Amino acid sequence: MTAAIDDLDRAILRVIQTNATLSAGAVGRAVGLSQPAAWRRLRRLRETGVVKGRELNLDLEKLGFGVTVFLGIKLATKGQVSLEDFERAVSAIPEVRRVEHVLGRYDYRLRVTARDLPDFERVLRRRIMALRGVGEVEANVLVSEERLTGPL
Amino acid sequence: MLDDFDRRILRMWQTEPEMTAADLAGALDVPTARVTRRIERLRETGVLRGVSAVIDWAALGYGVEVSLRIQIDKTVAGAFDAFMAAARKVPEVTEMQSFLGRVDLRLTVIARDMAHWQSLYRDRILTLPHIAEIEALMHVATVKTDQALPI
Repeated sequence: MTAAIDDLDRAILRVIQTNATLSAGAVGRAVGLSQPAAWRRLRRLRETGVVKGRELNLDLEKLGFGVTVFLGIKLATKGQVSLEDFERAVSAIPEVRRVEHVLGRYDYRLRVTARDLPDFERVLRRRIMALRGVGEVEANVLVSEERLTGPL
Repeated sequence: MLDDFDRRILRMWQTEPEMTAADLAGALDVPTARVTRRIERLRETGVLRGVSAVIDWAALGYGVEVSLRIQIDKTVAGAFDAFMAAARKVPEVTEMQSFLGRVDLRLTVIARDMAHWQSLYRDRILTLPHIAEIEALMHVATVKTDQALPI
């Protein structure tokens, strides 16, 4: 089901995409709406699930997590290892921060955050390569990342 | 640079980003002004870059998500910058990452359906400059999303 939004909603989404902690009054001023009107729209965007939550944008390096690596994983023995078992086991690794099931050259895409390269190597060797069913693994070290507004 | 109090705030806040400074202060049993000052400082020092609203594109009718892994033609001077500048102009690109590894760049692209994806791919993606190789991974499901860091 697709939620219907208009241009004012889109303007609000653009504002809160970069600053979700603004008050309804401040959001209203940014898009030319009164505080109550902005508040009602913000509430509706949440209720219809268009806004599914918030996230903190942290500088991981400053917090001591200097390395982010994306791993493409191909399962070696499809049919023998259940996807559910693999997903449960890989999701239980704290350094694995995101797991996506994909179609294509790989079966899964993982985002792994580690303190440094030796720490990453430890996670890769002892935790990820040790999982049942892991076949081909490709690692790409993240250098830069940007979030874009999207089709608003 | 970060002290224990900063870490306590971030640990709690990252698991529940909906919390206000007052909520955090209540949970940590300290005055709100103290939390507000710390959050200000975390912003000033760049530890906290911001708090963003997360949009559910599927709820807006974008049911298709594709991860495009791209190798850039590095024999051309300025190829990276030219590619990235052009990719930023495609509204359906929601994320762009650069890597050290076999893949140079990765784009997250969303589309309303497969027909829309096909036209986007032909008209907007394959026309981006300096692509040496491109490979698509179709997103099926997100099994685990960015979880709290052990700060």
